[in-house]
Amino acid sequence: MSVPLLQVNDLKKHFPINKGLFGRQTEFVYAVDGVSFEIARGETLSLVGESGCGKSTVGRAILRLFEITSGQVILDGQRIDDAAPGTMRQMRRRVQVVFQDPFSSLNPRMRVRDILAEPIRNFGLAKSAEDLEVRVTSLMDTVRLPREALNRRPHEFSGGQRQRIGIARALAAEPELIVCDEAVSALDVSVKAQIVNLLQDLQREFGLALLFISHDLAIVEHMTHRVAVMYLGKIVELAPRREIFAAPRHPYTKALLSAVPLPEPGAQRNPIILKGDVPSPINPPKGCRFHTRCPFVFDRCRTEEPTLRATGPEQWVACHLEEAAPAVSG
Amino acid sequence: MALLEVENLQTHFRTPGGINRAVDGVSFHVNEGETLAIVGESGCGKSVTSMSLMRLIPEPPGRIAGSIRFAGRDLLKLSDREMRAIRGNDISMIFQEPMTSLNPVLTVGRQIRETLMIHQGLDKQAAEAHAVEMLTLVGIPEPKRRVGEYPHQLSGGMRQRVMIAVALACNPKLLIADEPTTALDVTIQAQILKLMLDLKRRVGAAIILITHDLGVVAEIAERVMVMYAGRKVEEAPVAELFRSPRHPYTQGLLGAVPKLGSSLAGTATRLAEIPGQVPDLRKPITGCVFAGRCALATDLCRQYAPGLEEKGPRHIAACHYAAKGAIAA
Repeated sequence: MSVPLLQVNDLKKHFPINKGLFGRQTEFVYAVDGVSFEIARGETLSLVGESGCGKSTVGRAILRLFEITSGQVILDGQRIDDAAPGTMRQMRRRVQVVFQDPFSSLNPRMRVRDILAEPIRNFGLAKSAEDLEVRVTSLMDTVRLPREALNRRPHEFSGGQRQRIGIARALAAEPELIVCDEAVSALDVSVKAQIVNLLQDLQREFGLALLFISHDLAIVEHMTHRVAVMYLGKIVELAPRREIFAAPRHPYTKALLSAVPLPEPGAQRNPIILKGDVPSPINPPKGCRFHTRCPFVFDRCRTEEPTLRATGPEQWVACHLEEAAPAVSG
Repeated sequence: MALLEVENLQTHFRTPGGINRAVDGVSFHVNEGETLAIVGESGCGKSVTSMSLMRLIPEPPGRIAGSIRFAGRDLLKLSDREMRAIRGNDISMIFQEPMTSLNPVLTVGRQIRETLMIHQGLDKQAAEAHAVEMLTLVGIPEPKRRVGEYPHQLSGGMRQRVMIAVALACNPKLLIADEPTTALDVTIQAQILKLMLDLKRRVGAAIILITHDLGVVAEIAERVMVMYAGRKVEEAPVAELFRSPRHPYTQGLLGAVPKLGSSLAGTATRLAEIPGQVPDLRKPITGCVFAGRCALATDLCRQYAPGLEEKGPRHIAACHYAAKGAIAA
């Protein structure tokens, strides 16, 4: 494979929290604690995991919505985690985002026309006023909204239509990668299907790479090429779709998949019911972070942290039970 | 025997834009010990139906009409005082968001005790002992310590367990669960669903489960009622509904959900879309409520609303074209 579109190397983001009378005792939330992956052009990589596993923080770090604690984010061979503002501005055009809540992610005071025109003007993509108009109207066609809706404001649209506007805004910058942070989670079933189909069509049409952050495993399976499963700020398994859904290796991936209720009454299921809750990311467990809930835990898991090891072509698992495989560096 | 019989329930709200017919002529029943799921998308009236059963709709602007017979008594004819004696005692409710439905300034023990002291006339010691017992029953570790804690000290899954403990404290005959696992993570959802199934077996309460998640429905319901735009459009036993849905809306809903494992079986296809969106309930609807989005709709559908007709054993649907036995789409 040539240079991947996006490379993330050992990304860490620790949020400080101040405690004590004068805020002097500082603790950290270890939201993301050493995450590495790559995304190829035109590929969909899904980040899955439960609340607080750090999947959204990874998305935001790539967008550079905050400064990361350590690690590297490399877009098309160029580091963007420490890029100067001028360089960063051009890089931002290439990575766009669609957020979960279409009600709070669109400015209620702006007309749809201005919402879509802003990124085009900002990145100087239109040559003239006519060109801008052509671009804005064709964006409406792309996301299948009527052109006359350009003069309306966000509150006049339903949730699904607003999400289409959010997608059009992301496309306006002509990006190569779109971070979809729970982009379909807030939508109703029938509307969700419309947006999922739209995203798949657009990916094919524009050769977009997607970082699809979601907790909905059935939608992920439907959309994705590869999956990274996160637990408490770490990737525990990273593999192509087929391996994840047919033969998951990590006990957490197995439990996660088996817990999804299937829309088939009377289906034979033996869900692995995990005990207890996800521990706090302020004080993550020593050793393997999953050892407090793992059904297969043994002594070594409590003291020694497992590294991601290759267990097959393109499949990596962080579990002592996968010991036989050789460790991968990095 | 039917524990709950709802007939022609109409819950309307006065709004500046006209009367919103959130629930418009819905009838159904729940048998003793049975689990009925009410499914539908946002705005279909499923939550308003459940709030109406508990008479938790503020009147005005709301107005409830029809009849709700519970164990032989019409709940809509009871005084507020009589209704209070039923809520939390004979009928109790679990809500979606356990953080907002528990009182943040009272310990969880006190919140369980309260219902027991009001409804069962227990004294403080007896209620406290029973509260610990309830927390044990819903699987909270160290219940003796946890009764003294406040909701913010518990995780989301723990809070939902506490809500279930409060709801079941008085051995209700009917438990209404409004999206009980929607706000929870999937591994915690699995814990709570298992708990609800276990408790149902032990306590024997009937359950009305309100949800939009068809996976959860398949897991725990016995009978399913599908709502759309304030009406009931289909009702059937759960296996029958998933095997042969008759109403085009139900068919659309089932087709719009990807199934886990379908990429492996090679059955992954493009998701079925239901075009368009839910009609505005503030405007009167003539004809079938689903006609505007239905691929099969004809002039007949746009003019005359179809009645609920029997389409199979214990299977009813409101559609002119959903043929008996055979399937139209």
